[in-house]
Amino acid sequence: MRVKFWGTRGSIPVAPTTADVRQKLVAALTQAAGRQLDTPARIEAFVDGELDWAVRHTFGGNSACVQLDAGDPYYVLCDLGSGVRGLGNHALATRRGEPAEYHVFMSHTHWDHIMGFPFFMPAYIPGNIITIYGCHAWLEEAIRRQHGAPSFPVEFAQLGAEIRFVRLEPDRPYDLAGFRVTAKRQRHTGDSYGYRFERDGRVVIYSTDSEHKLDDPAATRAFAEFFRDADLVIFDAQYSLADSISIKEDWGHSSNVVGVELCQMARARHLCMFHHEPTYDDAKIAAVLAETRRLEEITRDGHTVQVSSAWDGMEIDL
Amino acid sequence: MILTPVRYADVVVLTLQGRLDQSTAEDVRTALAPHLERCAEGQDHLVLDMAGVDYVSSAGLRVLMLASKQAKAQKGYLVLVSVQPLVQEILEISKFTLILRTLPAVRDALAETSPAGLAAFEPR
Repeated sequence: MRVKFWGTRGSIPVAPTTADVRQKLVAALTQAAGRQLDTPARIEAFVDGELDWAVRHTFGGNSACVQLDAGDPYYVLCDLGSGVRGLGNHALATRRGEPAEYHVFMSHTHWDHIMGFPFFMPAYIPGNIITIYGCHAWLEEAIRRQHGAPSFPVEFAQLGAEIRFVRLEPDRPYDLAGFRVTAKRQRHTGDSYGYRFERDGRVVIYSTDSEHKLDDPAATRAFAEFFRDADLVIFDAQYSLADSISIKEDWGHSSNVVGVELCQMARARHLCMFHHEPTYDDAKIAAVLAETRRLEEITRDGHTVQVSSAWDGMEIDL
Repeated sequence: MILTPVRYADVVVLTLQGRLDQSTAEDVRTALAPHLERCAEGQDHLVLDMAGVDYVSSAGLRVLMLASKQAKAQKGYLVLVSVQPLVQEILEISKFTLILRTLPAVRDALAETSPAGLAAFEPR
């Protein structure tokens, strides 16, 4: 199974600024000083092999959208943030007009998680079938109302694809789109839902927009069970722990520290930090990643958790 | 987790021992409560000696944050001393160094906050 990240930013899409680009250029040229980079091949080797990751890359700025690709002829997604636009364009380009089915599991309906749907080109094309699953009673209304006046020029009724909405109950396993899927209610304004996807002995957790209260050991244990033995945990780590329990308490997000602790308790194999704070630049996210890897290392108790930080375009093979 | 109080004039030094994690956090919070009540302007100063603490989890950090918050609201003095390097790293990674004040040793806290406490602490 391959997990592909199309959008990883939290709260609102962001783009690199001129100052960000300049900072990267200065860092790259500083690192290149004194080297003989006089051919494109040498330059490319330097960029790909030696330049710091956060200088030669970007974590990206699209809001939440993750694809689970198990080799099926249909698409399985989590959330419809701005990242789904890229997935839709990619699907159209590779399928060359052949219709497809899309199965979308929604964490919740806050704007950053639905805003990509009006720009999801497969929705406009007859023959495509899009099934949107979620636990909120207002799921369909939330998706519909962002289309049409006064918010958007195209009415929902004008979309050419067949679009279905399926309400799920949390804590109940379903067999959907080739996966055993279980949803779990999470603490977030208006509630959000995490998903546990199981298939062929592999387990992927999608748990974003989820605040964890530290004075509720029963809730902590319940999440550890939900994450139990997962191969990959995609985890909302938008804030520092200090922010998440002080000035940003009840804002509905979690931290890298809690992500490490829950994955250690659950004996999960890979923590992938997700829903990055929109005010963080690449250097800051890279610094958080380095710190989180260090935290995992110094608090490890016989079980190693791989730690990564999601970026738009990242692929993880399980 | 054991909390051992020692008084030096108007300073109470609480020595913590063991792991401050989800299984001990609430006990520590309960044990801290009476000391925190008196950690106020014109009353006791509170020093948490962390030399014997080898791990602090998020639940433990929350208890320390609540203690700091209460002391601040009461205009009291609360500081952590003798924090082990590993715990210091956890404080830094979690950004708790922005919330909790640390000093190298008990003596530094006494020297900073209470001449009477320092006099009681220094060997004669």
